[in-house]
Amino acid sequence: MLGYLTTSDSGLFDHFRELHQQMDRLFAGTPAPASIRAVARGSYPPINVGVTPGEVDVFVFAAGLDPKNIDVSIQQNVLTISGQRIPDEKTDGNYYLRERFGGEFRRAVALPEDVDVDKLEATYRDGVLNVRIQRREAVKPRQIQIN
Amino acid sequence: MDGTQGVAKQPAQNVANQGNGKQEQSTQRTEPQFTLRPLVDIFENERGITLQADLPGVTNDRLNLQVDKDTLRVTGEAAIGTPEDMEALWAEVRSTRYERSFALSSELDTEKISAQMKNGVLTIDIPKRAEVQPRKVEVRVA
Repeated sequence: MLGYLTTSDSGLFDHFRELHQQMDRLFAGTPAPASIRAVARGSYPPINVGVTPGEVDVFVFAAGLDPKNIDVSIQQNVLTISGQRIPDEKTDGNYYLRERFGGEFRRAVALPEDVDVDKLEATYRDGVLNVRIQRREAVKPRQIQIN
Repeated sequence: MDGTQGVAKQPAQNVANQGNGKQEQSTQRTEPQFTLRPLVDIFENERGITLQADLPGVTNDRLNLQVDKDTLRVTGEAAIGTPEDMEALWAEVRSTRYERSFALSSELDTEKISAQMKNGVLTIDIPKRAEVQPRKVEVRVA
């Protein structure tokens, strides 16, 4: 209640708050079926997939990439994201922790069968790659006119 | 302030701004139970310590850096554009909050910490105090 009161005066903050709460609601409670292409926990980069009646959205949490080094391809309904993250190599001192990923990566994820591979767009923003693929018309819910 | 039926159908952000009705408040307060621990690289040279952290989805305005005594606390909130009617099919990232703290040591000059975000990577420079630097060289590597 207190947190709610203290933040309600900022419309902009509320907007952000709503955005991430929406994502929390969306992805936090998802049961995790074991995908055949699942990788070890903590692998780079982690992926979320969300669907709406009209589109399939793949979110790849891949901070610190040069968009030139990201390769997105789709065959049938299997989306493959590969690329390279070039690590910073500083040599005038010591590293204590090197947890961040460096090098080449490849992830594949099976999407619903009805994705239209010709209607795909990928954007990279703030370290998140969003691949958005339209679904074919036939499977969208249709309003049927009753005469 | 009157709670009409239409209110419930509005996006939650509008409900929050109006601040009415207990039911709306409870839906507003569905806080996630856990935070993500960002992965970091920590590097030291004679000028200071550089910390890099992966915070995909976080921009400057949703990033918070706090120095409290000798603790540096990094928190951030990711926001990705998810349509209203989206259902999750697969989720490896299950929270939008990042948090991690680091204990600093006394030779570091906490007044002069600088930070920048680029493509979801946070870089924090923590210089050493002038008196403990081996030589007074003002070299800034951008």
